[in-house]
Amino acid sequence: MADTALTRSMGRARTAERERPPHRRSRRPSPLHLVLIPLSAVMLAPLIWMVLLSISTEAETRRFPPGLPHGIHWQNYTDAWSQGPFGHWLLNSAIVSVACVVGNLVLCSLAGYAFARIPFLGNRVLFVVVLATLMVPFQIVMLPTLIVMQHLHLTDTLGALIAPNLATPFGVFLMRQFFTTVPKELEEAARIDGAGRLRTLASVLLPLMGPTLATLSVLTFLNVWNDFLWPLIAVQSPGNMTIQLGLQNFQGQHFTNWPVLMAGTVTSQIPVLVLFVLAQRFFVRSIASSGLK
Amino acid sequence: MAVVAADRAASERRRGHRTHRPGPRMRRADHVAGWAFVSPAVLLIGLFGLVPVVWSLLLSFQQTDLTSPGTWTGASNYQKMVHDPVFWQAARQTLVYCVLFVPITMLLAIPIAVLLNQRVRGMLFYRMAVYVPLVTSTVATGVIFSWLLNPQFGLVNAALGKVGLPQQGFFQSTGEALPAVVMMTVWGWLGFAVIIYLSALQNVPRELMEAAALDGCGRVKAFWKVELPLLAPASSFLLVWLTINALQLFDEVYVTTKGGPLHASTVLVYYLYQQAFVNFDGGYAAAIGSALFVVILAVTMVQLWLSRRASHYEVN
Repeated sequence: MADTALTRSMGRARTAERERPPHRRSRRPSPLHLVLIPLSAVMLAPLIWMVLLSISTEAETRRFPPGLPHGIHWQNYTDAWSQGPFGHWLLNSAIVSVACVVGNLVLCSLAGYAFARIPFLGNRVLFVVVLATLMVPFQIVMLPTLIVMQHLHLTDTLGALIAPNLATPFGVFLMRQFFTTVPKELEEAARIDGAGRLRTLASVLLPLMGPTLATLSVLTFLNVWNDFLWPLIAVQSPGNMTIQLGLQNFQGQHFTNWPVLMAGTVTSQIPVLVLFVLAQRFFVRSIASSGLK
Repeated sequence: MAVVAADRAASERRRGHRTHRPGPRMRRADHVAGWAFVSPAVLLIGLFGLVPVVWSLLLSFQQTDLTSPGTWTGASNYQKMVHDPVFWQAARQTLVYCVLFVPITMLLAIPIAVLLNQRVRGMLFYRMAVYVPLVTSTVATGVIFSWLLNPQFGLVNAALGKVGLPQQGFFQSTGEALPAVVMMTVWGWLGFAVIIYLSALQNVPRELMEAAALDGCGRVKAFWKVELPLLAPASSFLLVWLTINALQLFDEVYVTTKGGPLHASTVLVYYLYQQAFVNFDGGYAAAIGSALFVVILAVTMVQLWLSRRASHYEVN
């Protein structure tokens, strides 16, 4: 039961930390820093160089051995933004990601609640079918999905990027898991008072769903924001590209102009990096509970 | 996610949890409400997750460019696959990629997780440094590593030169393109493996470690004898999870090498993409997809078997 143990441990890790007796800090820095600092340097080096290259001149990115830039060359950013519609791509990515997050929050909550709580005919069979689709690799799904999009007249639109991700089997699974842990008595009181299912869900259960909904939001957002293969085949015109596809397109046109390309790359990473730094602890828990990427 | 879900559901069944009791308590209103609640999600998942599986299987018996109706050609796509040397090269390289990527990621992750589990000033920063590649997009990773591993002026060749090692060709050399992709993806995935191991380590009961210490077990020995065996469930999960994702490698190859030079870094999904969207041979691409699906299903089965075997290490 590898995964059950793991997921249970996620929740427990924090309590365990709190239970530990207060740590007596030694005055001398731990020798572990001697390993931890080089480790962090290696992990951060690609990102630090991305930023350094984005403020270098073109000549500075091509000298060997590479070194620090002599001045800050902000012009690369204005060049990147004038040569590629980065603002537009960011907006497209934001629209697609937010739409998918909202879709998952609403649809997966409804389905997860029904699967966990309502004894309707076919409940168990349908849930197993939903679970089974988790095992299907996207690469075999994408070919027929493309044909479906042609029939729906959605190819080369943002709709083509949104529709397949509006409700995900993992979201349904996550929400169902959550609702099975909520004591039934909570909603029974409301039901006896005459509230319908939807009303109970919205007024009694919604306030408890915060952390689970947040996990689902983070996972959906990251998956959709960083998705590349589906936008690559579903969208052609630059006006409908997401930031990942746009960046790749930009790379194709500016592969020799490293500073401008890196300025574009930094641009594409800023939204997610900011989110990550602000909510690191939370990201980590979400990622650990799923298996992202 | 498939693995996690199937596994958790299975364990729940075994423990006898029931979400509801069918029978006399079933009411008509419940059927209506139930179907109304699940149908939007179930219809979408069916349309984009289930129907395409069958459809893809049908496509694999056709000659089609995916935009106009195809013609039935029997098993010819599969025959072509069996006799296609590039397909076998791609399959071999996918295997080589998995065999390099998965163990390297896991073996690096264990000591790093142990390090990050210590209580040291600034740990939040160190952890963040290890996790941040995880949110870096595959496209950005590809762009950054194209420069870092550039043979003429890249940082890695400069570092190799500093310690007196010969300069490498990386993405531009047939022998090194695939290892270079491994290097890049290990950087991107390491944080994931570390998160899984770290949470497993934090789950090791303190009493166990204290008991080991009382029995005269040193810190190092305690790691080998107590902590490492308790990491077995995490390892079996990672082994399968990383393998399934490694089998689906595409983005990083597309952004850096485009499968080259001379097919040296062409992996299965890249070859599938090429067949479908460069050669417009959608039927053949679907056949390659079926082969991939079979392999992924097999790996998932191994996971279920492994997790059952590993479960007796669980302390809870």
